[in-house]
Amino acid sequence: MQILPEVQILYRLGKQYIPDVTAPQVPGPFKGRPAISTERVDEDALASLCPTGAIGKAPVSIDMGKCVMCGECAFAFPHKIKFTTDYKIATNVRERLVVKEGETGPISLDETKVRNEIRSLFGRSLKLREISAGGSNADEAELNACGNPNFDMGRFGIEFLASPRHCDGIVITGPISENMAEATRICYEAIPSPKLIILVGSDAISGGIFAGSKALNRRFIEEHPIDLYVPGNPPHPLTFVNGILELIRKRKTR
Amino acid sequence: MNMPQPYATLPNQGTLPLKELPVLSYSEFFQTVSHLLGLEGHHCVACYGHRTLENIQIICCIADDLHHTIKVFSCLAEGNRLVRLASLAKTHFPMHLFEREIAENFGIEFMYHPWPKPVRYAWNRADKTQVINNYPFYRIDGNELHEVGVGPIHAGVIEPGHFRFLCNGETVLHLEIQLGWQHRGVEALFLEMPSLLQRTILSESIAGDTAVGHSLAFVNLMESLGNITVPEELELERTMALELERIAMHLGDLGNVNIGMAYQLASSVFGTLRTPLINYTQTWCGNRFGKGLNRVGGTHYPFNEELAKKLVTLLDKVEESFSPMSERLFSLPSFLMRAETIGRVTEKQMRLIGAVGMTARAAGIPSDIRQSHPFAAYKRYEIDHQTLEQGDVWARMMLRSLEVKDSIRFVRELAQRSGPATNPSSPIKEMDLKLMPDTFCISLVEGWRGEICHCAITNDRGELAHYKIKDPSFHNWMALALSLRDLEISDFPINNKSYNLSYCGFDL
Repeated sequence: MQILPEVQILYRLGKQYIPDVTAPQVPGPFKGRPAISTERVDEDALASLCPTGAIGKAPVSIDMGKCVMCGECAFAFPHKIKFTTDYKIATNVRERLVVKEGETGPISLDETKVRNEIRSLFGRSLKLREISAGGSNADEAELNACGNPNFDMGRFGIEFLASPRHCDGIVITGPISENMAEATRICYEAIPSPKLIILVGSDAISGGIFAGSKALNRRFIEEHPIDLYVPGNPPHPLTFVNGILELIRKRKTR
Repeated sequence: MNMPQPYATLPNQGTLPLKELPVLSYSEFFQTVSHLLGLEGHHCVACYGHRTLENIQIICCIADDLHHTIKVFSCLAEGNRLVRLASLAKTHFPMHLFEREIAENFGIEFMYHPWPKPVRYAWNRADKTQVINNYPFYRIDGNELHEVGVGPIHAGVIEPGHFRFLCNGETVLHLEIQLGWQHRGVEALFLEMPSLLQRTILSESIAGDTAVGHSLAFVNLMESLGNITVPEELELERTMALELERIAMHLGDLGNVNIGMAYQLASSVFGTLRTPLINYTQTWCGNRFGKGLNRVGGTHYPFNEELAKKLVTLLDKVEESFSPMSERLFSLPSFLMRAETIGRVTEKQMRLIGAVGMTARAAGIPSDIRQSHPFAAYKRYEIDHQTLEQGDVWARMMLRSLEVKDSIRFVRELAQRSGPATNPSSPIKEMDLKLMPDTFCISLVEGWRGEICHCAITNDRGELAHYKIKDPSFHNWMALALSLRDLEISDFPINNKSYNLSYCGFDL
């Protein structure tokens, strides 16, 4: 009799996990990969709207590594810019985060730039150490959500661990504050090689809205090769999980 | 016969021409603070330094919770030379952190301050020789004692902070919490960034888990300074968004404490219930944390009948699963044993440190801006207010549970009240926003953690000349330190999670 209330609670809650994390649709106003039409607009006015200078001119482009997904450009120029609900926007090449006008294809990884050992060693098990270096706790909350009963990335062997000694790489959130710069470096050095660096959120990738603040120290990012960029403000858990899966999954060789 | 008061009196979101802001001598300032803080229902919501051309102006805002007003006054400290002032913290301890912040930023020394320590090692601090790796920790020497240092990087996926435990065996004698690792220079960025949109997005990033709360404080402030009145529907929407944030965060925290207690069912159930709520916010505005919702003068995402219908159905469903789980949890002896009397902070202690929000409410102090200085829709509709006496882990969890139910009830009521979207106003255009020149303004909001305070000063051209932010965690970190006194060190995680304070909100 004791166990009954728990069973009832579980039963009422029902099945929670997403069977295929590569497939779900997210609702309408969600802002994923932008689609920029070739319509002619006042490019200066468009570019000057952007709070983080993510919009480039001639050709018009949006740098997803800088974009904070406020959507202001799409409200002002609805025929020029639309944000699709495509959340698969992680890539291993910084330039691929820049979406140009007329481009409608997905953002993908450059297979040739994925190191061999990443797939041979981490394909079935990837343990990560998260470093919040000025992160606002939104990116961190979404990373925590990746392991919850809904997204459940643990089923792919992907997990956040406490000790860097047990990890295969670091995940950085936040623009890297001066006060966290040394801790970030020490933590990275404590991880055995070969190791990954993954940047999560526009703050980590470019400084985001904090770019230019005198309280930052982004030397670590400049001095190390980055294995995966996961853009967003914060990135949706599906963006992170799919990005990692693309990075480590063993694929059929052509 | 009214004696002239040494302070100006404002309502929440009130504006004050700078020339009407009283400038007192420091001894008058000292006496005014002492006098006001001795009165019933008064507490200090902000006290900070602002560098003027030749001086440093210290502005103090003391809220009168009984009469719904804020008393504002200031004094001048000369710049460019060593200034020594008598510490108010010696007799009014809630002032301790305000004074430490002024000391760190401007090099003003507060004599007889009981705890003169760095605050966050801001990049623009007065003494750059003070560095974060060289914090002066409190020490006790003894053969039986040892220290445990944790952080800045912690075991979980959370923000950085350093915790130094002074222990006698397993028992914690003293916990010192050292923050500042997250400092991103937010306050300075508010002035450096020229556009309204940049500042709005910055306000959403002060603390990402309180995106709605902080951005609401910001837009309220801008609307006051810009002389903009917003329609009732908009206030209703903002209020709903704020309460949805409260429900989602409380649910997440209830789940997290249960992870700490190793009660997996409750952690899964509460954690899982949070998901549809933040997904709802995403359906509304495209972001699971409500970023993009609060904009000055209007909104891009007007609430409508369809959203209202969805919301009511969702809340019914959440409540249906939440109530039995919470009932079960609070009747489990194994849970009660872990939560009751653990990490107890008394009402007296909480008053001493100036705790605010749900941390204070869990220890018998009815601190709630929604009631004492109503804003948005709280001016017209009243939400139930809960206060518990115990001040332990149990009380902080029980309070969350009660507030989840209250907020669900309240949001449902508001959603049903909101009519079909009546010509929703778009956000104001950048060039249409004209801030009043030479004006001071203060905006208070009750976020899910507690009292959020934003203050701004404009110059003679109507540009922002100073921006000050205070997150509720500014006061409440001290409560966590007190919770650990004489507690086993293994009880730290559940205590920490029962508060869930903000690192970046403190570090700015």
